Amino acid sequence: MTTAARGVAARGVDTPGRAQVPARRLRSDRWWLPPAATAAGLLAFVVYGGVRAFQQQYFFADERYLTPFYSPCVSLGCASEPGAAHFGMFLPDHPLIPYAALSLPFLLGFRLTCYYYRKAYYRSIWIAPAACAVPEPHATYTGETRFPLILQNAHRYFFYVALLVSLVNTYDAIVAFRHPTDGFVVGVGNLVLLVNVALLWLYTVSCHSCRHVMGGRLTHFSKHPVRYWLWTRISALNTRHMLFAWVTLGTLVLTDLYVMLVARGTITDLRLIG
Amino acid sequence: MTETERHDYDVLVIGAGGAGLRAAIEARERGLRTAIVCKSLFGKAHTVMAEGGCAAAMGNANSRDSWQVHFRDTMRGGKFLNSWRMAELHAKEAPDRVWELESWGALFDRTADGRISQRNFGGHTYPRLAHVGDRTGLELIRTLQQRIVALQQADHAETGDYEARLRVFAECTVTELLTDASTGAVAGAFGYWRESGRFVVFSAPAVVLATGGIGKSFQVTSNSWEYTGDGQALAMRAGASLVDMEFVQFHPTGMVWPPSVKGILVTEGVRGDGGVLKNSDGERFMFGYVPDVFTGQYAQSEDEADRWYEDQENNRRTPDLLPRDEVARAINTEVKEGRGSEHGGVYLDIASRMPAAEIQRRLPSMYHQFKELADVDITAEAMEVGPTCHYVMGGIAVDPDTGASTLPGLYAAGECAGGMHGSNRLGGNSLSDLLVFGRRAGLGAAGYVAGLASRPPVDEAGVDAAAAMALAPFDPPSGDLPGENPYALHAELQQAMNDLVGIIRTEAEMTAALDRLDELRTRVRDVAVEGHRQYNPGWHLALDLRNMLMVGEAVASSALRRTESRGGHTREDYPALDPQWRHRVLVTRRAPDDPDPVVPRVVVEEAERDPMRPDLLELFDLPELEKYYTAPELVTHPGGEPA
Amino acid sequence: MTHTGRFRLWRGDAEGGALTDFDVEVNDGEVVLDVIHRIQATQAPDLAVRWNCKAGKCGSCSAEIDGRPRLMCMTRMSQFAPQDVVTVTPMRTFPVIRDLVTDVSFNYAKAREVPAFTPPADLAPGEYRMAQADVQRSQEFRKCIECFLCQDVCHVVRDHEENKPAFAGPRFLMRIAELELHPLDVADRVPAAQDEHGLGLCNITKCCTDVCPEGIKITDNALIPMKERVADRRYDPVVWLGRTIRRRRG
Repeated sequence: MTTAARGVAARGVDTPGRAQVPARRLRSDRWWLPPAATAAGLLAFVVYGGVRAFQQQYFFADERYLTPFYSPCVSLGCASEPGAAHFGMFLPDHPLIPYAALSLPFLLGFRLTCYYYRKAYYRSIWIAPAACAVPEPHATYTGETRFPLILQNAHRYFFYVALLVSLVNTYDAIVAFRHPTDGFVVGVGNLVLLVNVALLWLYTVSCHSCRHVMGGRLTHFSKHPVRYWLWTRISALNTRHMLFAWVTLGTLVLTDLYVMLVARGTITDLRLIG
Repeated sequence: MTETERHDYDVLVIGAGGAGLRAAIEARERGLRTAIVCKSLFGKAHTVMAEGGCAAAMGNANSRDSWQVHFRDTMRGGKFLNSWRMAELHAKEAPDRVWELESWGALFDRTADGRISQRNFGGHTYPRLAHVGDRTGLELIRTLQQRIVALQQADHAETGDYEARLRVFAECTVTELLTDASTGAVAGAFGYWRESGRFVVFSAPAVVLATGGIGKSFQVTSNSWEYTGDGQALAMRAGASLVDMEFVQFHPTGMVWPPSVKGILVTEGVRGDGGVLKNSDGERFMFGYVPDVFTGQYAQSEDEADRWYEDQENNRRTPDLLPRDEVARAINTEVKEGRGSEHGGVYLDIASRMPAAEIQRRLPSMYHQFKELADVDITAEAMEVGPTCHYVMGGIAVDPDTGASTLPGLYAAGECAGGMHGSNRLGGNSLSDLLVFGRRAGLGAAGYVAGLASRPPVDEAGVDAAAAMALAPFDPPSGDLPGENPYALHAELQQAMNDLVGIIRTEAEMTAALDRLDELRTRVRDVAVEGHRQYNPGWHLALDLRNMLMVGEAVASSALRRTESRGGHTREDYPALDPQWRHRVLVTRRAPDDPDPVVPRVVVEEAERDPMRPDLLELFDLPELEKYYTAPELVTHPGGEPA
Repeated sequence: MTHTGRFRLWRGDAEGGALTDFDVEVNDGEVVLDVIHRIQATQAPDLAVRWNCKAGKCGSCSAEIDGRPRLMCMTRMSQFAPQDVVTVTPMRTFPVIRDLVTDVSFNYAKAREVPAFTPPADLAPGEYRMAQADVQRSQEFRKCIECFLCQDVCHVVRDHEENKPAFAGPRFLMRIAELELHPLDVADRVPAAQDEHGLGLCNITKCCTDVCPEGIKITDNALIPMKERVADRRYDPVVWLGRTIRRRRG
């Protein structure tokens, strides 16, 4: 079996001089499973998120729960749900402009340029490579040296914006305890929003850029004890960045789903206090 | 031989461990064109296996430490047989060698005030070992490797060629030293590329041997395959002398099972932290092995021993922590008397002594070593351990100041040189030994080359003989008969050395060992290898066997001659330390009347160790010296007339 | 417990080769390297294999076992079922010499291209003062045993021979990070990391970290921090602005 038999030029592991092994890969385990699962997970989120971002209804429930997919609600269309807009309404109401058009592109950018998600989609979508020691199909490879992938270097800016959005989400979760007529109330939805925002914070601050900005860029930790302490905390969280990346995809969907179902009246929010 | 490649250098260093690299750095910094030849890839040398640290009296952890204290510790550890001048140079220069490593990029663990942290170790009075976790040897080798690259970068900047003045010949094995036919001085070396099997001839007026130890002559060893005694055998065949070859250090606790890890060290820390040795009856047998000289210093009951871990002021320590040689002997006896573990060791039990989490916290590297290499959970089951061949104190006889051997132009440093450690090496003294004497050998070689009026010519007859010798395994004299399998022969040699010249020695066994070596010496001529010369490990082993046999004979003959027990040499028939033997060293040379080119016989002769310089002798109290010295040797000590 | 296992070893050289089957005794507690040694001692004395310490400390016995880059001495036989065929090939990113031995000179050439540690000119040996907190990041990278499995698995060169001149590989990008984070190194290593050593080619797919037998977090602790330092210089106007203002003031 030669490379010619496969109809491709001898490259990669078939480069002349390297051990000529008939099989391009010898991995006998289910190496394709993780990238397949990753692709399925990402795709499911994109489809769900895409549908919901443009649906422009069922985003505000019980006059106090705002789904993170519509936060901050700054479109003129937000007027359909009084109380949903915490930061004013100024974007035109148009079917192609999500009500949270101010935050969604940045959140998308934050996750697209995230060091974990990059690995995830480079492996599962772009197949570069699909798994370790499994040959990739591309004839050439330039990595992140050229446009558009060189833009991945902008991750920290998306991180800064994501911090602001996390503050907005936190505000949403807090004001959700105040019902316009019943005053202070606690429902299951409050807990859902709180858990979601807490996990969003964990994902956001465990970011590699955050780790760098907070302390990683220093050469002498010993001269900056506070930033060193921050760096050690963030480093500990950073080892679980992948976990938070997936958990927050899940909680975002679940939180949104909960708000949508309550808003549609499919389920009723259980009041715990008030 | 048309295919022979030739190179010309000022200094040829054989071996790329700590000593070899340090020697090469020194020679290159003195402006000499230097080559390093090593059997493995660059940076893989056995030095990486050193864990504990590098002893140097920097006084970072305890300011009372000084070179004098280090010197005393080293001499005591070696039972006063050491070359005192080497011990003195070593103690004085080790700190500078360690600091120098820092300036080349080494990152040792730090004290709170930013200095190099130093740790306690057996036999060292104060915390003295510079270390990086448990991978100090790796740090050392990498730093020296990177220093060599830095020098090559400097040469590249100047000449456009990285290898203008310093070149590493990796995976290249030297099989013979070449000499000047008229003077006998070293003129170069003959070797082969492992990769291609092609021959190489190096012409060099000075050769530094830094080839390490001899552990691969023994069945159970902590040493890697490279430790085949090459330097010792090359030196003897070329006419140089070895010294102290009877002193071989066996570490009491090496792993014995599973086979994949046989010989790998189990740190003394396991016992220090509460692990105890048990035989197959479950008995803590060490209580029965406290020798008379230690009576009263060790606990006599298990209760007292267990209390010692908590309260060391009011209890005596457990006999599990007797000196290494005592523990190794006790384990040996238990196994011989049929109370050993399933695979020929004894049990080292920590699992039943403390909670699993505690074991993992205190002994993380041991936990992982057993988990990853052996699939043994030391928090759940006992380890099986037994003595393992660890280090050879003896080696090529050298001048302490220059590393010069008895053969003009031949230098040696590191484990393959002898004298520094006397009869027993202290932990941590090997890494510092490499640095101090590696540098000195490089200096010595550079000085020798500078003083030469002309370069000794390589004896071409020697080149042809070496080539013929190297090719012999492809065409054994046995002709059509099936030749000897090098792997089988190696296993037999290891078995003989392990069983007969191991940790406990008797005249009868060593005589038997010499007979076995005799037989193997005959059979090694019939070793046959299959295949061709390109990266053929069977052939490589066949050539290494010659060295192992010659060194094996040096060890056995020296051990037979020394009729006392001292440090790494234990005679069952002569169990006591004999002051008359303290000042005598055994020198091994190629038998002058044996022309056999394959494995020449060796002769062992006694020689006197130079008396210690008075100012150094005065560093010790008279009562201590009296335990080791004869009375006439001590009359000049200012402590007065010995009693 | 002993059983007969089937090993499929790649034998050959740069001209060509094939997978060859061996039926060989396998004992409890052994690692792949033990079995390879048994094949060598009993069936194929000229089988080429590179190894040294057999304790996971020297990084010599790198190969690919069932297609995955591993150290042969650290791969226990207990992870295979007795009926499994164990396939061992040489590393497939480097030119093969013979059987399981490859020519790893690529790595030594790359090592030479990284400028050496550069201490401050006025500091004498013995005067170095460094806090443990400041050395521990570089110390992690110095655990590297140079087995070159990360270099072998990295698709940048494994799948693209043409990238070899431009890419130092994970091991040597990590070496640059080690020096960059060294508290007393005064050289500027950031621009060269991107321009000369190919940091931008890394797409952080983490196979280097996955195969590292020392468990070094190459991607998270070396490559990404280096990418962030490059971003500081090249792609971060805020940092650039801050630097400029400070320079003006100074």
